[in-house]
Amino acid sequence: MTDFDPITSLLGGVLIGLAVATLFLFNGRILGVSNITAEALSLRSSDRGWRLLFLAGLGLGGVLIHLSNPTLIGDSPRALPGLIIAGLLVGYGSALGRGCTSGHGICGISRLSLRSIVATAVFMSTGMLTVFVVNHMIGG
Amino acid sequence: MKWLTVFISGLLFALGLGIAGMTQPEKIINFLDISGGHWDPSMLFVMGGAVGVNMMLYRLIIRRRHPVFEAAFTMPRRRLISRRLVTGAGLFGAGWGLAGYCPGPGLVASFSGSLAALSFVIAMLVGMQLYQLLQSLHQDDDVDADNADTAPRN
Repeated sequence: MTDFDPITSLLGGVLIGLAVATLFLFNGRILGVSNITAEALSLRSSDRGWRLLFLAGLGLGGVLIHLSNPTLIGDSPRALPGLIIAGLLVGYGSALGRGCTSGHGICGISRLSLRSIVATAVFMSTGMLTVFVVNHMIGG
Repeated sequence: MKWLTVFISGLLFALGLGIAGMTQPEKIINFLDISGGHWDPSMLFVMGGAVGVNMMLYRLIIRRRHPVFEAAFTMPRRRLISRRLVTGAGLFGAGWGLAGYCPGPGLVASFSGSLAALSFVIAMLVGMQLYQLLQSLHQDDDVDADNADTAPRN
């Protein structure tokens, strides 16, 4: 029972697109949050500075949303065990598949990358399947 | 200056996610719940806006010889539809559908003080470390090729 507002969805999407374009135009980097996060926290990585700074910008955005309109932030309906399983799957899966909703779903599709189109189709499908199983077979 | 644009990109990205409603996991779950009778198409518009804008701008930007502050664009080089890609995306989607968070919105919501999001993010970081650990245990798995996943464009 969530509200659907096409205008704010589109506006938010445009802002996301501009964020992606900004990072690419000025810094030549693909905006993939999972890769940026994994590399920012990896001891193996030699190029952590810009990634940490990106995460700092993301963090300031989170704080500003909290201060201006906290209703924009919702909690997941799942209990702690579900959140932990989900986090492990998202972290491991995005590392193995080299990307997430931003890297594959937005950047990759914008570049018409076949890998990203396949990845997006796969994660949309398993996402839908998971929601079907959890909401309609197990019963939330 | 080159640090400023990275920071602004992160900030814009977070605000875009928030305005788009993507930091509300219920909206993600309702989008993925195509048979539930309360389908929320928001994400289609978010993706449409983001991909639409970026598809146009990408074509303009890539005409440049190099980005404004760097010597070269850093692009993914892999082309192969590998089993790892499909398995990884499959696992990712299952976790995404379960919690309603993907990495960006999860991080933004945890910075906003959501304990649910913070729990998710901590587990996500563990999952990422777990991958790197398993990766370093399998030296025969061609680690160098993985590290070369992105490289300056010629």
